Amino acid sequence: METISNVIGFLPALIKATPLTLLLTVVAGAFGLAIGTLAALARLSSRRLLSVPAYLFTFVFRGTPLLVQIYLIYYGLGQVLPGTWVRHSFLWPYMRDGLWYAIFALSLNQASYNAEVIRGAIKAVPRGQIEAAKSIGMPGLMILRRITLPQAFRACLPVLTGDLIILLKSTSLASTITILEVMGTARMLQRQSLLIFEPLIAAGIIYFTVVFILSRVMGVVETRLTRYRTAKA
Amino acid sequence: MKGTNMAATALSVNNIHKSFGSVEVLKGISFEAKQGDVISLIGSSGSGKSTLLRCINYLETPDAGEISVSGETIRTVKGKDGKYHAADKRQLEHIRTRLGMVFQSFNLWAHKTILENIIEGPIHVLGTSRKDAIGEAELLMEKVGITPKRDHYPNQLSGGQQQRAAIARSLAMKPEVMLFDEPTSALDPELVNEVLLVIKKLAEEGRTMVMVTHEMALARDISSEVIFLHKGLVEERGAPAQVMRDPQSARLRQFLQLA
Repeated sequence: METISNVIGFLPALIKATPLTLLLTVVAGAFGLAIGTLAALARLSSRRLLSVPAYLFTFVFRGTPLLVQIYLIYYGLGQVLPGTWVRHSFLWPYMRDGLWYAIFALSLNQASYNAEVIRGAIKAVPRGQIEAAKSIGMPGLMILRRITLPQAFRACLPVLTGDLIILLKSTSLASTITILEVMGTARMLQRQSLLIFEPLIAAGIIYFTVVFILSRVMGVVETRLTRYRTAKA
Repeated sequence: MKGTNMAATALSVNNIHKSFGSVEVLKGISFEAKQGDVISLIGSSGSGKSTLLRCINYLETPDAGEISVSGETIRTVKGKDGKYHAADKRQLEHIRTRLGMVFQSFNLWAHKTILENIIEGPIHVLGTSRKDAIGEAELLMEKVGITPKRDHYPNQLSGGQQQRAAIARSLAMKPEVMLFDEPTSALDPELVNEVLLVIKKLAEEGRTMVMVTHEMALARDISSEVIFLHKGLVEERGAPAQVMRDPQSARLRQFLQLA
């Protein structure tokens, strides 16, 4: 009984930290989607100058652990940047905060996963529909924006949702570079209370609840956006 | 008035060559369509007729030769590989707006409703206001008989309905020439007729059309000229009555018997 009341006692502090977890998820998710889309397009380009770097990017970021990336970016950039112009620029006060390094690392990692998914989805858009767009005189960028990408995103939405949920849970790694999101707060509570499990259980409850809500919301979005494939005659 | 010399030239196809790898699919083909002409391209599969049609709007880039729409020639430049390609994207896009194309497999945009498919080009390519585009789309849907399907998605429609919607989408651009690429070949037999009726109606309106077709009766009924392609060359051409009732070449005779 005491355990349960302890867990409940930790919840308010963790709920207060939830917005930061959501911020990391939403910002890195948005950057990840944008960069991932660009990387997917670059990989599909016939110009090697675009496709090769995009390939290397996804290969390296998918092939190494996120924690390694976070450390390398936080400690690595943290060591390099003070020697550059950034040290004396208006950016510096922000650059000292671990949050930006976390967002940077999470965004790139997310982008590398999204890129592969989106690349496959773009390739799966029927060629004939693109020809139909060409045949009415649509410029290439407009075809991409109005025909190819809308269908590609809808087609891979379930996988993108899955990646977003993984991202949400991965933000807990940001706690390793001093960020007090849900996991960081749980670890702080562990130290203060000298209790090992209860803060973790409380954190688990928070993550589970957020994931549950997120997947429900995305489920509704998915149903709406893919009506064109499921609607009956 | 079909085929009279008084009408202006709507489309001119001049000495088109096209190879895929080492296979020469088109070996220099020329024809002209005056306003109101209906030109049918016939021939067995592999004769190059679909490729020829796709060369007209540069979905396939001809290796050599010229395409002109109402006297405006698609400008080309010679690339490093020795082949020609469109020199000016803008010009090509503009000429494409003047050439409507109807595909064998309809190619409606799957994520848009029928109405959205039809107004997409007018609004985003031609810059028509949404209100005007919808007004015109409604007339076109009425014309091809798909008004009840206005807010449905393509996958909710039969093949025949989809093809009629695709014809409406193409007409919405007010093209000077319509290109039909085997418009009924992907349809179940019982759905062919509804599409043929729409195509006939367009021919009767005096629209300039070039079509690749296996429907010999259609070619006979509405064409001003029938062109029989064989191995990338024009084997025989002329008025349908002449070409189809009294074929001169042995190949065309054989083809018509099989068709």
